[in-house]
Amino acid sequence: MFGYYFDLALRSLKRNKALTALMVLAIALGIGASMTTLTVLHVLSGDPLPGRSGSLYYPQIDPRESQGYLPGKTDPMDQMTWIDGMNLLQAKRADQQALMTGGSVAVQPDNSTLDPFYQTARYTTSGFFPMFGVPFEYGHGWGDAEDDAHARVAVISSQFNDKVFGGGDSTGKTLRLDGEAFRVVGVIGDWNPNPHFYDLNRKSYNENEGVFVPLSTSQDLGMIHDGSVNCWGNGGGGNTPDHNSPCVWLQFWVQLDSPSKAAAYKEFLVNYSAQQKALGRFGRPPNVQLRNVMQWLDYNMVVPDDVRLQTGLAFGFLLVCLVNTVGLMLAKFLRRAGELGVRRALGASRSALFAQLLVESGVVGLVGGMGGLLLALIGLWLVRRQPAEYAPLAHLDPVMLLITFLLALGASLLAGLLPAWRACQVTPALQLKSN
Amino acid sequence: MELLPILSSLRRHKLAAGLLMLEIAVACAILCNAVFMIRQRLSEMQVHTGLAESELVWLKTDGVSGADATPVTESNLAALRGIPGVKSAVVVASLPLSNDDMNFNPSMDADGKHRGPNMELMVGSPGYLHALGIKLVEGHDFSADDYAGVDTWLPHSPSMIVTRAVAERLWPGQSALGQAFWIGTKRYQVIGVVDHMVRGELRGNASEYTALFAARPSAELSSLYVLRADPSALDRVLRDAAAKLAALNPQMLINDKGTYPGLRGNYFASDRAMAWLLATVCTALLIVTALGIGGLASFWVAQRRRQIGIRRAIGATRGDILRYFQTENFLIVSGGIGLGMVLAYTINLALMSHYELPRLPLAYFPVGALALWLLGQLAVLGPALRASHVPPVVATRSV
Repeated sequence: MFGYYFDLALRSLKRNKALTALMVLAIALGIGASMTTLTVLHVLSGDPLPGRSGSLYYPQIDPRESQGYLPGKTDPMDQMTWIDGMNLLQAKRADQQALMTGGSVAVQPDNSTLDPFYQTARYTTSGFFPMFGVPFEYGHGWGDAEDDAHARVAVISSQFNDKVFGGGDSTGKTLRLDGEAFRVVGVIGDWNPNPHFYDLNRKSYNENEGVFVPLSTSQDLGMIHDGSVNCWGNGGGGNTPDHNSPCVWLQFWVQLDSPSKAAAYKEFLVNYSAQQKALGRFGRPPNVQLRNVMQWLDYNMVVPDDVRLQTGLAFGFLLVCLVNTVGLMLAKFLRRAGELGVRRALGASRSALFAQLLVESGVVGLVGGMGGLLLALIGLWLVRRQPAEYAPLAHLDPVMLLITFLLALGASLLAGLLPAWRACQVTPALQLKSN
Repeated sequence: MELLPILSSLRRHKLAAGLLMLEIAVACAILCNAVFMIRQRLSEMQVHTGLAESELVWLKTDGVSGADATPVTESNLAALRGIPGVKSAVVVASLPLSNDDMNFNPSMDADGKHRGPNMELMVGSPGYLHALGIKLVEGHDFSADDYAGVDTWLPHSPSMIVTRAVAERLWPGQSALGQAFWIGTKRYQVIGVVDHMVRGELRGNASEYTALFAARPSAELSSLYVLRADPSALDRVLRDAAAKLAALNPQMLINDKGTYPGLRGNYFASDRAMAWLLATVCTALLIVTALGIGGLASFWVAQRRRQIGIRRAIGATRGDILRYFQTENFLIVSGGIGLGMVLAYTINLALMSHYELPRLPLAYFPVGALALWLLGQLAVLGPALRASHVPPVVATRSV
């Protein structure tokens, strides 16, 4: 039966090629546009560390003066001061913790064919590597001992390893950063969390940190800080604030393996804030937040507004294309009322007619959907050529491929349902009589 | 033209006419908002930075640290001025639209109780106002003595120049000259007002909240060189300047360099891409809608051949038939537009609450309506003409 309907559908579609092409094109354009934008949105709002992100938290406290504080309305600071960061780090109340900030270092390669260059870097305490589950290609991260000893050790990314050392196991090699010799202890494998959740102050996506050195060492050597600095009161500006100044410029992350531990940690932050207020360091009553990775990304609204707008726009466009196709299909089916009337009179049931018409609209939808997939691939290729920082990430993954397929099928059936139902309502006698 | 027969015929095609109306409504809503957003982006891209943009090139280096920062940077500047075609060379803290700025909240009284709005701290070396092409509209430029040292970016000299936007915001209705504010405990007094100078990034109404200060080159103020040169020789001057800096300072790294028009183009790259995307979708939307209207009209014409023949046979002219289809289209499109306006307004309200977009100006409604009416009439013209050519004899044929 299906084969026969399929044959009928092809005949009918062939009878009016321009119209068929128009319907297929409309569906293809609509699906192509919405899949392109939906894929970008999906990539950008993804989980940077699947399986881990639920137990990673970003504590926020509020060390500012009392002025300008509205209870329940003022958000705590987005970063930490040096003093608070160090206090919380040394309290070791979480399963893992790390204090860090971004920077850039001048790299002087021994390799004379390479000019000196600046590399974005991360200055962090040792907890960073185990807490974020950083995979190592060679070697390992450093430990607390190196942090305490202000050791000249560095971990590098595999990309940086290829560029400076030509790949291979580079542990033990010497790297010159800002004129000082550092010993490479580890080379990170394929690890590039997107969004760059642990520090959103420079780029939210596709950040390329090539060098990791201990925070303590970076401060000894006065390595350049790169990121946001927010001061209040009499805090001076400057890119690397004094450790005692009222400025926030560090990120502090903790790992808390259960909700009860998270609740206990929040309690600890409240107590810490109250204690600091009693000491006169904080001007405000305890104002704390403890967000996990996804909540932190939501709070910072990392997905660009333009991407959301584009997705909405594309779905609006898809709606227009679908309505357009429904209208055309309806007109087409109704015009064949005579033919349908004959089939009804010869004994075909309503459901048989309905199935026949659905097959016809299904063919249009399927071809349109395939065209849409092709257009989505072209669309993503165009997105990758855009100047946006997230552009290189725009690739179709299996999940989105499945969604595209379902969307195309759903759209075409939706487009065929109403016209097919309406066309089945014909009264055979009337159709046979009139002509 | 009698509307009643058209309306009663449309009532027999409720579903198809309703769908077409819905399509036009959604298209109308999207078009109004998309065109509005395109115009927003374009007008933002027209922003006047206040600089002599076409004459500027810039080089960002890692700067000079330590005590000899001042003499080294000054001799670099002198050497750069020696390049043929260079009119002036200065070092500044940041450039407008460079996505890089330093901001502060001034205190409006000595004890810091009352704070002013967030604004940018712009610092530059001797003669930078003139070199960048910034125009003074009141007061006078910095004197040679004003170019003194800085203390973590806070200039020692108490003189400052503000933009007209700052003057009007802080001291409305009075002359800004002689007024003062504090940064921390340091007092600064206005000696001049410039017409325009935008910040490192655009921030809506606060885009021109800039305060300008004077300083001599120092460890802080030694990394961003800006040269004013003959517009036709920008590329050569940029190459020569980079070569000269590298030759004079073997240890110095040049992180980035370019012309000011290039920097401006980069700043607006994503806006330009978004405007193009919106325009493409609008075009596709118009085409799909026009084809939909035309397709449906063709069907109706083919379906009503007999009726048209009868009408012709009993005396209707070709013009009558043509006008019938045109009026029918006008009615459907009008219905769509009516619905579309409500939808456009609703979408705009949603966008306003989520994306800081201003209210859709009322002028968009009549213009959008006119455009869609025109589109509908164009799309229906072909089928309607075909209908008007149906001969009366069709009425007499049985099939």
